[in-house]
Amino acid sequence: MDFNDTKEEATFREQAKSWLAENAPAYQGDHTDDFLAAAKAWQKAKYDAGWACLSWPKEWGGRDATPAEAKIFADEETEYDLPVGPFLIGQGMAAPTMMAYASEEQKARFLPKLASGEEVWCQLFSEPAGGSDLAALRTRSVRDGDDWVINGQKIWTSGAHYSDFGILVTRSDPTVPKHMGLTYFFLDMRSPGLEVKPIKQISGQSNFNEVYFTDVRIPDSQRLGAEGDGWRVALTTLMNERAAIGGASGEMNFQTAFNLASETDLDGQPAIVDRGVRSQLADWYCKEKGLEFTGARSQTALSRGEVPGPENSIGKLVAAKKTQDIASFCIELLGMTGVALDHEQLSAYAEAYLGAPGSRIAGGSDEIMLNIIAERVLGLPQDIRVDKGVPFNEVPMGAK
Amino acid sequence: MNFEFSAEQNLLREQAVGFLSDRAPLSVARRILDGDETYASEVWQEIINLGWTATAVPESHGGFGFGHLELCVVAEELGRSLAPVPFSSSVYLATEAIASAANDVRDDWLPKLACGEVIGCVALYEVSGAPDPDRMNDCTVSDGVLNGGKRWVTDGAIADMSVVTARDADTGNLCLYVVDLSAEGVQRSTIDTIDPTRNHADLQFDNVSAMPLASEIGDSTGLRRLLDRSAVLFAFEQLGGAEAALNMAREYALGRYAFGRPIAGYQAIKHKLAKMYVAVQLARSNCYYGAWALATDAPELPVAAATARVSASQAYRECSEENIQIHGGMGFTWEFDCHLYYRRAKLLSVNLGGEYDWKHRLISCIEADQAA
Repeated sequence: MDFNDTKEEATFREQAKSWLAENAPAYQGDHTDDFLAAAKAWQKAKYDAGWACLSWPKEWGGRDATPAEAKIFADEETEYDLPVGPFLIGQGMAAPTMMAYASEEQKARFLPKLASGEEVWCQLFSEPAGGSDLAALRTRSVRDGDDWVINGQKIWTSGAHYSDFGILVTRSDPTVPKHMGLTYFFLDMRSPGLEVKPIKQISGQSNFNEVYFTDVRIPDSQRLGAEGDGWRVALTTLMNERAAIGGASGEMNFQTAFNLASETDLDGQPAIVDRGVRSQLADWYCKEKGLEFTGARSQTALSRGEVPGPENSIGKLVAAKKTQDIASFCIELLGMTGVALDHEQLSAYAEAYLGAPGSRIAGGSDEIMLNIIAERVLGLPQDIRVDKGVPFNEVPMGAK
Repeated sequence: MNFEFSAEQNLLREQAVGFLSDRAPLSVARRILDGDETYASEVWQEIINLGWTATAVPESHGGFGFGHLELCVVAEELGRSLAPVPFSSSVYLATEAIASAANDVRDDWLPKLACGEVIGCVALYEVSGAPDPDRMNDCTVSDGVLNGGKRWVTDGAIADMSVVTARDADTGNLCLYVVDLSAEGVQRSTIDTIDPTRNHADLQFDNVSAMPLASEIGDSTGLRRLLDRSAVLFAFEQLGGAEAALNMAREYALGRYAFGRPIAGYQAIKHKLAKMYVAVQLARSNCYYGAWALATDAPELPVAAATARVSASQAYRECSEENIQIHGGMGFTWEFDCHLYYRRAKLLSVNLGGEYDWKHRLISCIEADQAA
C-alpha cells in the first residue's frame, strides 16, 4: 500500500507535469474581464498539444488515454489556477451522451470542436417544477414534419448565455407515465424563439439562467435516442454528471479555518487554543483527508484496471456541507468583521457562505445523494412513488 | 496509485473472515458476557495456532515477518467479530512495545509473545482515565524494583506479563518497563466495565522486579510512539466493528415491516443508513492512511494515527448508536446483539485516550508541522 504511480503512470505524470509547467502559467490567474475567451484559449492550447479530453478516441480529438492517465492529468492541472469551468458540461456530460447516441456524421462534426474548446455546450434539464424529480419536467415537444416544436421553460442552466449548443430533455407524450413520455435532443442555442435570462443568486452573482422556449424548431435528425426513450438517454448524461462532480473542497477548507483560528483572538488568546475550536478543526481535517484518501482508493481501482467502487458517491455530499460549515465558522470567529462590507466587498468567508447553499443543491441535493447511497450502494428499497404507472397528465401537481 | 490492500493481504482477510465467522460468532462474545469466563480461551488458542500473534514479529524472534498491513487486516476482522480475546493487549500493545525495545528484554519476551506462550498487556492509567504522562506519578522504579498501582488494565487479570509506565526514581522521567505478572508482589483485582466481554483489572506492585525497555533510561518518547502505532491497529478494529453494526442495521431494516412495508424504504431510515455508510467510508480511507504510515514508519505517523483514530471512533459511535435506534425497542433488549457493538464502541473509543484527546493531539501535530 503506497501512493506511488506505476512505472507507466510515473512516466505519463512526468510528461504532463513538464508540459503544464511550460504552458499553464501563461493562462493562470484572474480572467474576470473575459473568462470565456481565456478558457477557450487554454482549451485550444491543450488541444493543439494533445492534452485535451485525454480518454476520448483520437479521431475525435482525444488520445485514447486510460482513465487513470486522464485522472493524473486532471490532478496535475488543478495545481494551476486555470479557467476550465465552461467546458465541464460539454466535455463531461454532453460528449459522452453524443458518443452513445449521435450519428457518426454528428460525432465527427461536434466532438472535435468540443475537445478544442471552439464550441461550448450547456445542459437543459432542470425545470421550475422538476428539480430532484427531474423526470417530472413539462417542456413540451411536438412533432411537426421533419421538425419538433418546443415550448416551455428550463432553469438552472449554467452558461446558457455563452453556449453554442445545448442538450435538452422534453416531454413528447404527457398521456403515458412520466419516464416513458420523454424525448432527448441537442439544439443550437441561437435558434429562433429561444430566450436566455440570467438568475440573480443569493450571492448576487449570476452563474445560472432561465431558458424560455417559444415555438423553437429542432430538426428530427438532432434527436438522441428513440422518441419516448429520453429518460434512458438522460441517465447516460446524469451518470457522467455524478462522475464529473468530485469532492472538490474549494477555497474554504481546513487550512482556511486553521489559519484564521491561529490569527484571530478569542478571549485574549488565539482562537485555536480553545478546545472547542480544536475539536471542530479536527472534524474538518478528518473529513477532508477521508475524501482525499477515498479519491486515492478510486484512483487505485483505475490503476488496476478496475471500476472504482461506490465509495466516491460520498464526495459531493461531504464536501458541500463542510464548505458551508467552514465559511460559517470563519464568520463567527470574525464577528461583525466577517459580515460587513469592506471597501465595497464582502469577505471571502461571506462570499463562500452565500455561495455554499447552491453546492448542497446543485447536481443532486444532499437528500438525493443520500437516497442514491441508500438505494444504489446499500440496496435499500425505493421510496413509494404515487405517480408510478400513472399517465403524466393525471399526476397531481403542486407549485407551478 | 496503489492505495489498497494487495491480493495476498485480501487472501489473509478471507481466511480471517472464514475462521472468525465459524469459530467466533457473536454467540461467543455473548457467552463471555453472560458467563464467568474472562475470555474465549479456545478461540485464543486457535488464533495462536493460525499464527496471528506472530504476524508482524520478525523471523529472527520467532515471527512470520509480515508487515503491519497484514496486522491491520486481522485487526479489522477481529473488530468485526467482537471476538473476546486478548489480541489487542498482547499484540498491538505489548508486542509492539517489546519489539521496539533495544536490549535483552526484546530477546527474552518477543518470541514468547509471538508464539502465544505468554499473553501481554500494557498498564498505563493511575488517577486519570487518559494516558496523560503528567498524571502518571504513582508507579516508580528504583534499582530495578517497581512499586505503585495501575488501574483499568485491559486483560490485566489474564496477562502473563505487562508493559508498565513508571517514573525512574533517580531522574523522575516516565519510562516503559516490563514486569512478569506471576512474580511475587503483584496483586490483581478484576474490575467490571461497560464491556464485560473484555477483561479489566487493577494491578498493585509491591517490590516487583521491572526491566526497562529502552537502553537509555529517561526516554519518554517511547510511550507516545507506542500509542500512535497501536492507535492505527485499534482504529482498524473500530472500523470493522462500525461496518458490522451498519450491516446489522441494514439487514434488520430490510426485514422489519411497519405500516405495510420494510422500514428500510422510509427516508428517515434510508438517510440514517446512508450517513452511517459515509462515516464508515471516511474512516476506512483514513485507516488506510494510518496503515500506510504505520507500515512505512512515515514521519506522518502521528498525524495519520490521530486522523484514523478520530474517524474510526466517530464511525463506530454513530453506527453502534444508530444500529440500536433502527432496531427500535428490541435493540434495547439484552437478548438482541446491538448492545455488544454499543459497549465495545465506547470501550475502544476511550482505551487509548478519548476522541477529544486525539483531536487535540491531531491539531497539535499539525501546528508543529506547519510551524516547522
